Amino acid sequence: MRSPVRRARGGPAISGGFTHPHLSHPLRKEHAIDAVFENLPVFLGGFLRTLSLLAIAGVGAFAIGVVVAAMRISPVASFRAVATVYTELVRNTPLTLLLFGCAFVLPYLGAAPVYYPLAAIGLTVYTSPFVAEAVRSGVNGVPIGQAEAARSIGLTFGQVLGLVVLPQAIRMVIPPLINVFIALTKNTSVAGAFFVTELFGVSRTVINDRGDAVLAILLSVACFYLVVTVPLGLVAAAIEKRVAVLR
Amino acid sequence: MRISRTLMITAIAAVGVLGLSGCTDSENTGAEPEVSEDVEFEAGTTMADLADAGEITIGTKFDQPLFGLVGPDGIPVGFDVEIGKIVAAELGIEPDDIEWVEAISANREPFIQNGDVDLVIATYTINDTRKEVVSFAGPYYEAGQDLLVAEGNPEGIEGPEYFQENPDAAVCTVSGSTSEKNIAEYTTNVLPANGYSDCLEPLRTGAAVAVTTDNVILAGLADASDGEFEVVNNPFTQEPYGIGLALDDTDFRTFINDTLEAAFEDGRWDDAWESTAGAVLDLPDPPAVDRY
Amino acid sequence: MTSVLYDAPGPRARRNSRILSVVGVLAVAVLLAWLILTLAAPRVTAGGSEQPGLLDGSRWDIFLDLAVWRALGRGVLATLQMAGIAAVLAIVIGILFSFGRTARTAWVRIPTSVVLEFLRGMPVVLMMLFVLLVFSTGSLGAGVTALALYNGALIGEILRAGIVSLPKGQREAGLSIGLTPVATRFLIEFPQAFRQMLPIIIAQMVVLLKDTALAYIVGYSELLRVGVNNLSNFYGNRYFFSLFFVVLVIYLAVNLLLSWIARLVARRTGRKSVLDARIPGRGVFGMAGMGGGTAGAGGP
Repeated sequence: MRSPVRRARGGPAISGGFTHPHLSHPLRKEHAIDAVFENLPVFLGGFLRTLSLLAIAGVGAFAIGVVVAAMRISPVASFRAVATVYTELVRNTPLTLLLFGCAFVLPYLGAAPVYYPLAAIGLTVYTSPFVAEAVRSGVNGVPIGQAEAARSIGLTFGQVLGLVVLPQAIRMVIPPLINVFIALTKNTSVAGAFFVTELFGVSRTVINDRGDAVLAILLSVACFYLVVTVPLGLVAAAIEKRVAVLR
Repeated sequence: MRISRTLMITAIAAVGVLGLSGCTDSENTGAEPEVSEDVEFEAGTTMADLADAGEITIGTKFDQPLFGLVGPDGIPVGFDVEIGKIVAAELGIEPDDIEWVEAISANREPFIQNGDVDLVIATYTINDTRKEVVSFAGPYYEAGQDLLVAEGNPEGIEGPEYFQENPDAAVCTVSGSTSEKNIAEYTTNVLPANGYSDCLEPLRTGAAVAVTTDNVILAGLADASDGEFEVVNNPFTQEPYGIGLALDDTDFRTFINDTLEAAFEDGRWDDAWESTAGAVLDLPDPPAVDRY
Repeated sequence: MTSVLYDAPGPRARRNSRILSVVGVLAVAVLLAWLILTLAAPRVTAGGSEQPGLLDGSRWDIFLDLAVWRALGRGVLATLQMAGIAAVLAIVIGILFSFGRTARTAWVRIPTSVVLEFLRGMPVVLMMLFVLLVFSTGSLGAGVTALALYNGALIGEILRAGIVSLPKGQREAGLSIGLTPVATRFLIEFPQAFRQMLPIIIAQMVVLLKDTALAYIVGYSELLRVGVNNLSNFYGNRYFFSLFFVVLVIYLAVNLLLSWIARLVARRTGRKSVLDARIPGRGVFGMAGMGGGTAGAGGP
């Protein structure tokens, strides 16, 4: 490609507009952070849409994920097959393609072309196999004796699962589940590329408007995400530690 | 892995060997600008560096019919590309020695600042904000923002004022573009897309009633749509397209401006237009170069 | 499949199961039939113009052109190139992180943890845009950097879990034969941890490969961009959907192949490991391509 010598000729790289000598606009010379404060309502709107995407897709993925997990450990062979195929297909499809399909193919099939719910559907589907795997591995972690004891007193498959295994599994399922939701929080950003004006989407628009304050804008957007993901991560780690001690 | 390697070899072999089958509008006429030989430049200037290296890297759009559109062989064609060839020829660089890289609206300034490319010729509107971080030669063409609607214009859209009167109607454009900024003065109901091709589906499903960007790009999209879409043809902005280069490289900028003016005069610019955008649009008058 | 959760099915359960299977297959078949019929039907757009259905030949004829397949091949190569570079860097970064996180001095351990939390909490797309705009790299550089940092952080955590879960005796044995603590870590503990975690690391590589599709958003000419955007721009927007489906199939094929390799490796390394109980995602059912339990779930 290019030699480093020629590459260096590219003029001074701007770093977020703090020190760039060629900024003529008086307002811009002052503080790049102003670009963030001026657009705070825009960011908050985007953040709310990110949060609601997280909530909707989180609940949806949990519901579907639990059903898929139950199907994968059920006695009915066809359920197991369907659930396995679903898990494999979805997990091997990049999120970008899945959301692409939701934004373009679903309206073709007759869905209303409203991109926010379409993105929510995509995120739900993408996240559900990860929920299912988390639940399934939690069920696997319950000592075999528990299930055997439940079976020996005559409980059915549903009762064994619902009354004995799942209540114990939940404790071990929560940390990986939280990690799935952390990933979901971050994944909502991909919806920004498919017509949804969530946090990442609005940040691109704001950057277009204030190209001199790229660093400040991107760092504040990162903070919004970290506000959700870091506490969730800490909770997951704390629970994990407690579970580890209890066992 | 073996398959991919074979593919790579075939792909490399294909570049430059195969013609652009399937392409009708932007077929290269073969009228390449004559490459200057024995070029002399003052040592230390960008021109001297490039002429010595015998190669140049140019960022252009890969997704804009008529201006910069990449074919299956990975080589872009269009008016921007022809302008790039004219500049390169003046530096003594053959068209085959130009490396074309894809520029998207959001990464044109970083490309130049980082020195990833020597030039950006990518339907790149000259404006004051951008002049703070890059320099512009040209303009070499003046476009205007317009609207693309379904054939027959069922909504009766005359101009951007339509969106002020109908705040529920959405308009689609590419996020990070000048067009997005301009239309924001009329409506907040904007669908931000990743590329212009992504905007056509919303238009088909009715999620958006129009696509907005520069008229020449829309003309290309309309032309490729088999009569499915049409341009409103009422431009509401002026978009002088410039050639982006490293900030304050005044010698290089002057050189390109001289080249452009010469090309305006001697017909090379006309030829470039006729062989590309001229298939759909009339030959315009060349704009006045802005030596700011 | 036998399980402690239910009896081996008897005749009645088998009959019910068979009925449910038939119903399930029928339901899937009906859904598929509806899908195909809807896609095949001519389409009337919001603007009132009618277009041929998705299965119409006029939407597929470009695939007779070899040039299209070469372009798709280039897209696959670009995707693999980004994934390959990022994977190597991610493993190097992961090793560094795992050492930093298990360091004995707090001066190393705590800053590493902070950086790690930061990287794990950021969306990969945002990181890509950040690198692209702030460090003004090309889109390949932006994609590779973001993917390497994020996956490096995850691999670091995976390796740390591996090191932590080794029996104490390993370290003690190393020290007792006169190795320095660093040499013990490097020569005794780390190779074991790496081997045990290899299946999870490979599963993470599948996630990384999938995530290269995110570079589509920062303008890298990978499979999705080349396949859907560039080609449909060039040949006409009527090929938009056919190209999308072809790209989807290519992605599935590549990823399923990699997942299968991951599972093969998992089976070969076997579960003679001491840490089955501690790593979520390994248990009675094996790990079956689990995207890395706590670490990798959910991708970006």
